Amino acid sequence: MKKVIMGNHALSYGAMLSRAQVIAAYPITPQTQVVELLSEMCADGTLNAKFIKVESEHSAMAACLGASLAGARTFTATSAQGLALMHEMLHWAAGGRMPVVMGNINRAMAPGWSIWTDQNDSLSERDTGWIQFYCSSNQEVLDTVIQAFKVSEKLMIPSMIILDAFALSHTYEVVEIPEQARVDQFLPPFNPPWRLTPDDPHAFGGLTSPDHYMELRFKLQKDMEKVPALVEETGKEYEKLFGRYLGQVEEYLCADAELVFVTSGTAGYTARVAVDELRQKGIKAGNLRIKLFRPFPFERVRAILSRVPKVAVLDRNISYGHHGIFYQEVKSALYGQPSSPLVFGFIAGLGGRDITRDSFQEIADYTLRKNKAEEEIVWIGVKK
Amino acid sequence: MSKERKMTLTIPREEYMSPGHLACQGCGASLAMRLALKGLGQRTIVCIPACCWAVIDGPFPHSSLDIPIYHCAFETAASSASGVRAGLDMVGDTETTVLAWAGDGGTFDIGLQALSGAAERNDDIIYTCYDNEAYMNTGIQRSSATPIGAWTTTTPVKHYKKERKKDIIGIMAAHGIPYIATASVAYPEDMVKKFKKAREIKGTRFIHVFAPCPAGWKSRPEDTVKLARLAVQSGYFPLYEIEDGERWTLNLKVKERKPIAEYLKLQGRFRHLKEDEIALIQQEVDARWARILKNCGL
Repeated sequence: MKKVIMGNHALSYGAMLSRAQVIAAYPITPQTQVVELLSEMCADGTLNAKFIKVESEHSAMAACLGASLAGARTFTATSAQGLALMHEMLHWAAGGRMPVVMGNINRAMAPGWSIWTDQNDSLSERDTGWIQFYCSSNQEVLDTVIQAFKVSEKLMIPSMIILDAFALSHTYEVVEIPEQARVDQFLPPFNPPWRLTPDDPHAFGGLTSPDHYMELRFKLQKDMEKVPALVEETGKEYEKLFGRYLGQVEEYLCADAELVFVTSGTAGYTARVAVDELRQKGIKAGNLRIKLFRPFPFERVRAILSRVPKVAVLDRNISYGHHGIFYQEVKSALYGQPSSPLVFGFIAGLGGRDITRDSFQEIADYTLRKNKAEEEIVWIGVKK
Repeated sequence: MSKERKMTLTIPREEYMSPGHLACQGCGASLAMRLALKGLGQRTIVCIPACCWAVIDGPFPHSSLDIPIYHCAFETAASSASGVRAGLDMVGDTETTVLAWAGDGGTFDIGLQALSGAAERNDDIIYTCYDNEAYMNTGIQRSSATPIGAWTTTTPVKHYKKERKKDIIGIMAAHGIPYIATASVAYPEDMVKKFKKAREIKGTRFIHVFAPCPAGWKSRPEDTVKLARLAVQSGYFPLYEIEDGERWTLNLKVKERKPIAEYLKLQGRFRHLKEDEIALIQQEVDARWARILKNCGL
């Protein structure tokens, strides 16, 4: 069935079709429609779940973790300040191996107050041990929620589904809503290898001495390393059932490109249009949209970019005192590779400033003109 | 006398707490857990945030309890317990009791917001605060449960605690939750009875357990029960229940209250107090006692 829905509702439908059993959430602009619709679904019986209306995002994640450890499939959604308030519990989720799936609407961090998009909220949680998917369409949001539950529960690692504030969260698109029976075929009920039960009492998360702690983290990393292959595998399985492939990256006309944009989120969608326009002008441009950011898709990024002369990384974020975060990650992936492209870093669109086709034209002009990046950061559209 | 014997027999023989745990000598909190679980039974899951009990239980891979433990974040005893309850309900276990077990810091201070949230939603959990009146696990820093006049490492003798202890029961009563009780490790029959009673009630239940701490109170380990009893008999920590935020019941009618000085003098944390300061504390205990009697219709 096709429906015209907003990005936030794509998250709600994803959670509903995944048969989430416990949802604990707190409202924040621009996330509210996600939980409003889920709340309605719980109230009218469309979704058989407990909805805990907590008093903060910190409690939202804490409640999700308790429910997950009790053996229930668990979902929540937040944004920006809410995600930051959850920070402690994000470590708890990954460290405790609780496979919660969460939607995060990318919103710029205050102060000054902003409700518009950029990625500094989710990228600040880069090292918490969560799988991170950056989406560029409402269809992808819905599909990825379902896929994320499968990946997360197999490896007992939580997942974050990330979409841009307004540019996606409030934008209506045609979305194919999969049939429940086929989703059930793809995603079996949650059956964790351990849980809180008086039938088999264990202590979870207790005091862990230096004799044991490091092994727990080693195992988390080893399982994190299994994610890229599992994303490919479940993506192909999903394609067989629903006709849409869900991979680690989306490659667009990169094979013969002299210049490849590296993008994420909705900017990755705009980039494809820009690539088409550049190609009409005779410039062989391409776009590599990174969807899976954690774990970083090293192999795919290396394979695609090593045959390209010039790479322009677009960041809608900044690590103050360093560079754009995707720029850092791409450079680290390419370091020491036998053939490395020239990599340029651009920052644009902070706090919801538009990233347009013209932005990509400007990036292309700069990158094609230079033989090395003369500035560590090239700012696009900033009033200096 | 015969009544006394009958009360003793109300304590179940079953033990859900093993020896070999890491509590200090004379720890009131360990005694509290042992008695609480006798009341609640094995079909219980406990959420323990950062507090002495995060350590008492024993390090990984050991546990001194025969029930499952979720060691949760400091401010999340209530929210974690709410989540566990919802999760259990959704996987078909509606029988197991979910217990949040936090210290005074985790209840009066950092966990108060989550506790208020759970109580407002009337989530089906038993929240227990074992109160040793300071951050004891981190080395005796003052909390909002530390009584006026007390020394701690952050309220040194020259600037001992000048603020009153937060009225946590008043706060919880204002939420109108179905069951609130105070309990003391010096009155095990009363305490076990209250946990048994709480187990049979639905909704948010709050039990405030007085748990002396020899290390933090600078008292003798063998005086733990004596101190807990003096706290009740002086009227400093009366034993009472509040049902639905309105119906108050005094469980132990102390006819002749002991002077608070008797309770204070056994503890090094109050050693610096002068007579006039003790008199002020006595006045405050008297006023609170009168308020509770009034609320209980006595």
